[in-house]
Amino acid sequence: MMLKAVRSFLLWEMVVGHWKTLTYLFRLKVTINYPYEKGPLSPRFRGEHALRRYSNGEERCIACKLCEAICPAQAITIEAEPRDDGSRRTTRYDIDMTKCIYCGFCQEACPVDAIVEGPNFEFATETREELMYNKEKLLANGDRWETEIAQALAADAPYR
Amino acid sequence: MGFWEGYVLPAAILIGWILVITVPLMIGMALMTWFERKVLAAMMLRKGPNVVGPFGLLQPFADGLKLLMKETVIPSGANRAVFLFAPILTFTLALVAWAVIPLGQSESGIWVLSNINVGVLYIFAISSLGVYGIIMAGWASNSRYAFLGSLRSAAQMVSYEVSIGFVIITVLLAAGSLNLSEIVLAQKGGFWNWHWIPLAPMFIIFFISALAETNRHPFDLPEAEAELVAGYFVEYSAFPFALFFLGEYINMIMMSGITVVLFMGGWLPPLDVAWLNWIPGPIWLALKVAMLLFVFVWVRATLPRYRYDQLMRLGWKVFLPISLAAVVVYAGIMLYAGWLPGWREAR
Repeated sequence: MMLKAVRSFLLWEMVVGHWKTLTYLFRLKVTINYPYEKGPLSPRFRGEHALRRYSNGEERCIACKLCEAICPAQAITIEAEPRDDGSRRTTRYDIDMTKCIYCGFCQEACPVDAIVEGPNFEFATETREELMYNKEKLLANGDRWETEIAQALAADAPYR
Repeated sequence: MGFWEGYVLPAAILIGWILVITVPLMIGMALMTWFERKVLAAMMLRKGPNVVGPFGLLQPFADGLKLLMKETVIPSGANRAVFLFAPILTFTLALVAWAVIPLGQSESGIWVLSNINVGVLYIFAISSLGVYGIIMAGWASNSRYAFLGSLRSAAQMVSYEVSIGFVIITVLLAAGSLNLSEIVLAQKGGFWNWHWIPLAPMFIIFFISALAETNRHPFDLPEAEAELVAGYFVEYSAFPFALFFLGEYINMIMMSGITVVLFMGGWLPPLDVAWLNWIPGPIWLALKVAMLLFVFVWVRATLPRYRYDQLMRLGWKVFLPISLAAVVVYAGIMLYAGWLPGWREAR
């Protein structure tokens, strides 16, 4: 009782608390200095979409529309026609990135690993229209991120 | 004496003095916001602003520029005149108090804008007037949050001014003068002669009251973000907001300055030796103020916010009795031991 009174009169707990914060002042900082430093990404990270190609340059997508069917946000629109060589390909592959919820179902549903969600998460735009991705944009993404996407898929393959 | 020597020259000297005081104060305020963010960040294991300029030093200027360029929103139900006058009042009062704070000393005299004999009373009056800016802001905004915040703030500042008053009385007893320069000179001769050691409990009470007086953590109820959004300046934006912000930080610097003058020997160096005396007074004053400002931030990083009733309890049921008793005890001891300044001569 007496001790407690003396302690509160001497602001003992305040002194202890201030000592604690003072030691923290000199500790190593935990901040990751984004955009100069970035944190690690899991191979399962679901970022910006991309349409991949085979190594001979042929696009993988066969327009089965499984991704369109499974998409819970109904963000994907596909139209398809037989090409001149008789193979079935998409004539239109649009993703509304403002609708997309990045669930990764399209990637799971794809039988040929054509549509994937890559490791890129820095694709903010200044206008809404730029987020309406079409087939060219998605294929360009695939070309740009192919190395990273292939690595991520390979790293995750044993668990699938 | 002609017109030039009679009016223009003194006015020019006065304006020069004012600029000499206010310009470093403004820069100091800007650096204070940077310093606060840096220290707070470091204590939270973050890095704080580090992109704009070296070590983020230009961040406050970028922020200031941003505030200047934004639109000034005046709420439709607000009383325009009072709404715009409140931040100007707060800002002006924060600056005006610096008129009497002595910055240093040379053979020719004390470096102070106006060396008045009732400096302590003047400062006390000015810091009390600060409540008006806040009340006017809260009332003129025509918003419940702002009004609640300003009411809390007013009650808080009035409560803590009482104990500040008693603390100042003990300092006056020890120094024997209401003139701030003479209070500083009474603490001559090394840091053990400063008032903070003989008046240690008073020093702590004064500092805590200064935290409450400037609405700083842990007494930042008026602007309690979680409850009142931002307190009395919710409705303010752009330049009026910047004025409030400036006023608040200059108030902090001002309260630290007063603490330094009353308890930590003002511009005097910590040891009365030649090479320390050679460093000019304003630098010592600035160093001491910076040290106290660090404590302001340190307290903010450490303590959680008080509840309103705890705040009032601390002010009226703890600080008031202690400071009142301390006045009696200190006066008694000094009278009995004959330590009162000027006591011997008077007999």
